[in-house]
Amino acid sequence: MNFGQTILEALDSLSSNKVRTALTMLGIIIGVGAVIAMLGIGTGTERAIVGEIEGIGTNLLFVRTNHEDITNPRPLTLRDADALNDPGFAPSVAAAAPIVQGQAELTYAGQGTTVSLVGVTEEYDLVQTVELSEGEFFNSAQINGLASAVILGANVAEDLFGRSDGLVGETVRVSGQPFRVVAILKKEGGSQFGSADDQILVPLTTAQVRLLPQAVKNEVSMIYVSAVDADAVKSAEEEVALILRDRHKIKLAEDDFSILSQEVFLDMASTVTGVFTIFLGGVAGISLLVGGIGIMNIMLVSVTERTKEIGLRKAVGAKKNDILVQFLIESSLLSLLGGAFGIVLGWLLALGVGKIAAANDFLLDPAITINAVLLATLFSAAVGLFFGIYPANRAARLEPIEALRSE
Amino acid sequence: MTKWVVDAENITKVYQMGEVEVHALRGLSVKIAPGEIVSIMGPSGSGKSTLMNILGCLDRPTSGKYSLNGESVATLTDDQLAEIRNRGVGFVFQSFNLLPRATALANVELPLRYAELNGRNRKQVAKQALEAVGLGDRIRHRPNELSGGEQQRVAIARALVNDPAIIMADEPSGNLDTKAGDEIMNLLRNLNKERGTTLIIVTHDPEIAAHTDRVISLRDGRIEE
Ligand SMILES: Nc1ncnc2c1ncn2[C@@H]1O[C@H](COP(=O)(O)OP(=O)(O)O)[C@@H](O)[C@H]1O
Ligand SMILES: [Mg+2]
Repeated sequence: MNFGQTILEALDSLSSNKVRTALTMLGIIIGVGAVIAMLGIGTGTERAIVGEIEGIGTNLLFVRTNHEDITNPRPLTLRDADALNDPGFAPSVAAAAPIVQGQAELTYAGQGTTVSLVGVTEEYDLVQTVELSEGEFFNSAQINGLASAVILGANVAEDLFGRSDGLVGETVRVSGQPFRVVAILKKEGGSQFGSADDQILVPLTTAQVRLLPQAVKNEVSMIYVSAVDADAVKSAEEEVALILRDRHKIKLAEDDFSILSQEVFLDMASTVTGVFTIFLGGVAGISLLVGGIGIMNIMLVSVTERTKEIGLRKAVGAKKNDILVQFLIESSLLSLLGGAFGIVLGWLLALGVGKIAAANDFLLDPAITINAVLLATLFSAAVGLFFGIYPANRAARLEPIEALRSE
Repeated sequence: MTKWVVDAENITKVYQMGEVEVHALRGLSVKIAPGEIVSIMGPSGSGKSTLMNILGCLDRPTSGKYSLNGESVATLTDDQLAEIRNRGVGFVFQSFNLLPRATALANVELPLRYAELNGRNRKQVAKQALEAVGLGDRIRHRPNELSGGEQQRVAIARALVNDPAIIMADEPSGNLDTKAGDEIMNLLRNLNKERGTTLIIVTHDPEIAAHTDRVISLRDGRIEE
């Protein structure tokens, strides 16, 4: 049998009842569309999350107080941080940067906003890659001298001044007290978890003593620890744990602090992505199944409607395989076309979601990979073939004379 | 070459309708020589179509021996029968049985496609067949753009396109007016004259039967002597 002619004939047959064809394809279109869209968004999200985690800075550990398992945890203190900075006890630790966090009212020329405030020490510049668009990071005199100095996040500067350059030397009020702007942070963009763009930095002592009324002297919210290199992260984690256990007098009990590494976040991200993928597979499977059943149903109807045509074809010499191939091509084309429309639909959807996300400052670049397209194409063809087998077989097995007699 | 195109011996056909057996053919023998024009007559339900379908290898007899062109068909598979229908037999039906969405040319091409003829030759051969039935100027028309007589001529072109030894026509003019019916019969007779194609025509019309070499009369599944 001539293949090209059979494909043309199948297309003709499908176009003879456009509404029915379109409705039948809908299941596949929606299924493939959903998969393509979600794969695109999922890949985009994963890239965004991984990029963000890696952007935090490699080799980084986060030490915070463990409130969950412990009733009366000893808070982390500046002394703890000092101990971690002692290379004799913690050779794998490059630097430990304690921070305090809080909210503060920031005003300039009568305009005010509430911003999140981070009190930092000199080490902050060592553990974080703090990039400044202008000015200098706090020096030790400022840190130790309770200086009224502030570094503004890029968005904060924009909001307050309408620009983010030429601001060093300006005076703003933090919780009503005048502070001198010493630097502006370079805009990061695309950060979701409390972006540095929206923060202000002040010397830690200044924050504790003058800006955060509830703050207990010497207590810190968190300690950032950076390992000397990527291979030392594990040993740094152990050293930190040993030192803190010793200082907090923990022998057998549960630790009253917790150490998070980036690895944990990456694991979390990949777990989320994994769950997402399974969910996706489920959606895809179910919709392709439903779509496939729809195709089978319509092909059975079509075989019944065209019984006489099948009889005629057999009368003029069509063999079983000729009829089989004819109907299989029709069902495969049906779902392949559905798959093609679905890919376009899913792609548009993903683009749309990307646009919406971008409008909300979430940088998500939906990525429709060639693999996703191939997978969708392959699957829809397979669905058409699989669910076409039964109807096509039925057509192929019709007795020519019975088929010809039918009306 | 064997002596008979059609050599059927003691053919019976029983249809099983649930509990009831319908004896459509009750043991009949037919021999038809190459180039003969034979008409099959008889009242409705006498088994004319059943006989024609068996002779054309569309159906198998319940019992009896049948050879077409000297080849016994009893042991052939369905696909082998399909091949015989494709190359050895042409059918013309009362209700034309054209593919409604296909052009005249595509309809005539159909048997050639199943004969695995390649595209260019196929169009050429199909066009010649349409010219042979006087429809050379109608090859792009679809059945609903053709008159009944023209549709039947397309069907005849389709039947002769593989140059079969035998053409079977089951009441070919049954759905046509007298004039168109006469034209169809003339066309079939000309084919017989020009190509030597054996013709088996099932008909109700004694006028048509009178113009054939031989009449086989059926009654109740048997040949009336
Ligand atoms: N597929 C079938 N199933 C059951 N009975 C059939 C079938 N085909 C034909 N018959 C019966 O066989 C007999 C002969 O039918 P047919 O050959 O069509 O007669 P004719 O063509 O002479 O009118 C009729 O009684 C008819 O009802
Ligand atoms: Mg009949």
